[in-house]
Amino acid sequence: MTESVAYSLVAGIFVGFAAGYVGSLMVLKRMALVGDALSHVALPGLALGILLNFNPFLGAFAFLFAAAILTWYIEKTTRLFPESIVGVLFVTALAVGILITPEVDLLEALFGDITTVTLVDALLAVGISVPIVVVSRLVYRRVVLSILSEELARSTGVNVALVNFVYLFLVTVVVAVGIKIVGTVLVGALVVVPAAAVKNVSRSLSSYALFSGLTGIASAGSGILLADYLHLPAGPLVVTVGTAIFAVALVAGWIASRSSSSASGP
Amino acid sequence: MVVAPPQSRGPSRDTGAEADVLRVANLGVRLDHVPILEDVSFHVRRGTTLAIVGPNGAGKTTLFRVLLGLVPHTGTVEWSGPVRIGYVPQNFVVTDVPITVRDFLGFKSGAGFEESLAAVGLGGAVLPKRLDVLSGGEMQRVLIAWAVLDRPNVLLFDEPTAMVDIGSQDMLYESLNRLEKNINITVFLITHDIHIVSQYSDAVLALNRTVRFFGASSRLSEPDLLMEIFGSGSGLAEHKHDFGARGLR
Repeated sequence: MTESVAYSLVAGIFVGFAAGYVGSLMVLKRMALVGDALSHVALPGLALGILLNFNPFLGAFAFLFAAAILTWYIEKTTRLFPESIVGVLFVTALAVGILITPEVDLLEALFGDITTVTLVDALLAVGISVPIVVVSRLVYRRVVLSILSEELARSTGVNVALVNFVYLFLVTVVVAVGIKIVGTVLVGALVVVPAAAVKNVSRSLSSYALFSGLTGIASAGSGILLADYLHLPAGPLVVTVGTAIFAVALVAGWIASRSSSSASGP
Repeated sequence: MVVAPPQSRGPSRDTGAEADVLRVANLGVRLDHVPILEDVSFHVRRGTTLAIVGPNGAGKTTLFRVLLGLVPHTGTVEWSGPVRIGYVPQNFVVTDVPITVRDFLGFKSGAGFEESLAAVGLGGAVLPKRLDVLSGGEMQRVLIAWAVLDRPNVLLFDEPTAMVDIGSQDMLYESLNRLEKNINITVFLITHDIHIVSQYSDAVLALNRTVRFFGASSRLSEPDLLMEIFGSGSGLAEHKHDFGARGLR
């Protein structure tokens, strides 16, 4: 294992947990595809970073943050659903990003490259992932309550607009740090697949959030190790491992519901 | 508009305006420049139940949103003394969210779950159940348990039995009855069920953007008044409930 793969593994474990944890809220908000499309908006920012010689992460983060603010503001002030906004704006960003990204860097930007991860990248991933999880945990209940009933949340003093903004900010940051591992095309899956896998087999909210994070670790860690062993791109392998876990959980959930319904039957 | 100041059907606890927990005067709400409520005035005595009736789109839920401080409005909404409001929303349906009763109640408070659940006739055994497997009646009682968890002195119920079968409605109102006995609270109840209005509430506020009637609910037994307020298509349903010989109050 090379140093860069070891750094990737460290970054993958922390980003995987943070992405799974934040993603568990995204799945509950039924914004899985929004997260996927949102990730594409990072591409022009990455391209500007490469072209103008500054850290591409900062470019990606700036574009994602601007996009999140725009989504939040339009959602707050109009009656458009987020997917309408995302559908119009963010796919355009992907097109622009592909046009301006230098061809030699395009593949890395789209699918990530664990062979180029440095110690600074790994430290950045750890330093950002930990606060993401801490803040997510702080707002988790308020986000879920606003998903269940916005009025009920407001009646208990929850500032729903602020909570939604914080949540979108967390999504933005976790997508930005995940891009280095799996690229802009697949980072949406890193966020969504772990939560989708464990949702149907979770018995409580806390186990759902925790196991979404742990599944994120399993997907990212296994995918990176497989990528190193097979000499294949990490991004697609991370997503493939996550999808395999999703399939196993789906079958397990199906078996559990069949056995519980037959136990409670006549 | 027909206005007759309501009298509490129970023993009088206070007299005069000081006994009012809420006074609303000339309330107006416009959403997207469309008037939803206009010139609405009424008052509610502490420890009584006000039923709010009216056809769909009459502004009943908007009135609740005003009372919760969620909607900008004109006019005055004046609570007497500190109020803690418990709220049970309309159409609270949980599907496909891995959240247990314990998780849900934990959103509001860290303790007192069993006591609140007992107040609505549910045991602690319901705590580990996911919300999406509860029956309609269980869900509504969990919502009431949620509403009373932090010991409110005002409860807002937006059609608490809209999603519940008749048998479960009886259990639900028996739970409400127990709560009223145990806690001296003021209840605001949106309902389409005239039986509940006449048996359960002290006063009734009939809305249709403006106040159509405000007075003692006992007066709704007068057929002429019912016709005057609601016309032939009253928008009210009458369900048969067996509350026993004593009724609900």
